Amino acid sequence: MQIQGRAMAGTLESNDVMVTVSPAQALEVQVTSIVLGQFGEELKRVALDTAAQLGVQGALIELDDRGAVECTVRARVETALTRAKEAKS
Amino acid sequence: MRRSMMFVPGNNPGMLLNADVYGADSLILDLEDAVAPGEKDAARVLVRNALRAFDYGSAEVIIRINPLGTPYIEDDIRAVVPLKPALIMPTKVAGAEDIHAVSAMIRAAERENGLPEGSVGLIPLLETALGIENAYQIATADPRVKAIFLGAEDLSSDLQAIRSKENHEILYARGRVVMAARAAGVDCYDTPFTDVNDDEGLAQDAAFARAIGFTGKAVISPRHVPAVNEAFSPSDKDIAYAREVMAVIEEGERMGRGAVSLRGKMIDKPIVDRARRVLEAAEALGLGGYEHE
Repeated sequence: MQIQGRAMAGTLESNDVMVTVSPAQALEVQVTSIVLGQFGEELKRVALDTAAQLGVQGALIELDDRGAVECTVRARVETALTRAKEAKS
Repeated sequence: MRRSMMFVPGNNPGMLLNADVYGADSLILDLEDAVAPGEKDAARVLVRNALRAFDYGSAEVIIRINPLGTPYIEDDIRAVVPLKPALIMPTKVAGAEDIHAVSAMIRAAERENGLPEGSVGLIPLLETALGIENAYQIATADPRVKAIFLGAEDLSSDLQAIRSKENHEILYARGRVVMAARAAGVDCYDTPFTDVNDDEGLAQDAAFARAIGFTGKAVISPRHVPAVNEAFSPSDKDIAYAREVMAVIEEGERMGRGAVSLRGKMIDKPIVDRARRVLEAAEALGLGGYEHE
């Protein structure tokens, strides 16, 4: 999957995560979270894993997390990546 | 046993996470009105992931999809069928031809996913004047249709009626939906009570719906689940009477009597049928059923 432009998914409500995806040469994840200390690395791993499953090799994925569980993080990252694939650069 | 069906917005992770804790018999994961047009794609992915990750226990999952004629329905059906919900709820269903169209799309998705044809059931939402007038045709359009569901908010708008708490404006529609469902041999569900803070109004509305023959009722607030479950459960008095009826029937059969009575009232077939339904419901709810005290 080729990232064509910038796209977002999710919200800043509790139990959700706002994901912003932008084109980049390599895969990179930046995390802001209310539970960064406990779950920052896990959030990063889940985002990278979701991107890899979708065949994304280059993208900047920014997560602004409000306590989302794993299936929500995966859903929001997938939606943001899919939207970014279709976005205009 | 499906007494209460609770709406859960399909794009709200917090509501999806906790959906099963309120005691609703069914959860309606909503891809339609509760999801903004620009978020339909996000809701489909979130609902899919939620159903893979969460165990909703004994709560049945129904997924409400967008209506025919919208750009969303094909993607909805493609996303929802592989999740194998107990039922899919097509919306703004106006006639049998709508059910045929939705059923054909579902059949294609069943084939693509290697599911047996007819494995996915339907609970069409009737919320237009035409849908109400065609209720029986809708209920009998396809074996997939397991129940029909009355939606009063859109219906009232279509009728150009004034929506009221007393619900006089939907009296005909309620009767029509129950009549059509019972004639077709499917279940029927009543529209939600929309005032979240009026507990007394809710209890009266649910009791009325139960009394005129609805199988259960939808709720839009978790707060409404207990009252709706209670209204559509047999009471202790109902169960005790049903047991008495069955006891005098058994006694009559043993004694070779053609007709039996209970406290001076003739017990005929409709009373026995009702007693059986009460005891079956009680058994399903763990309230004792046919067991004599």
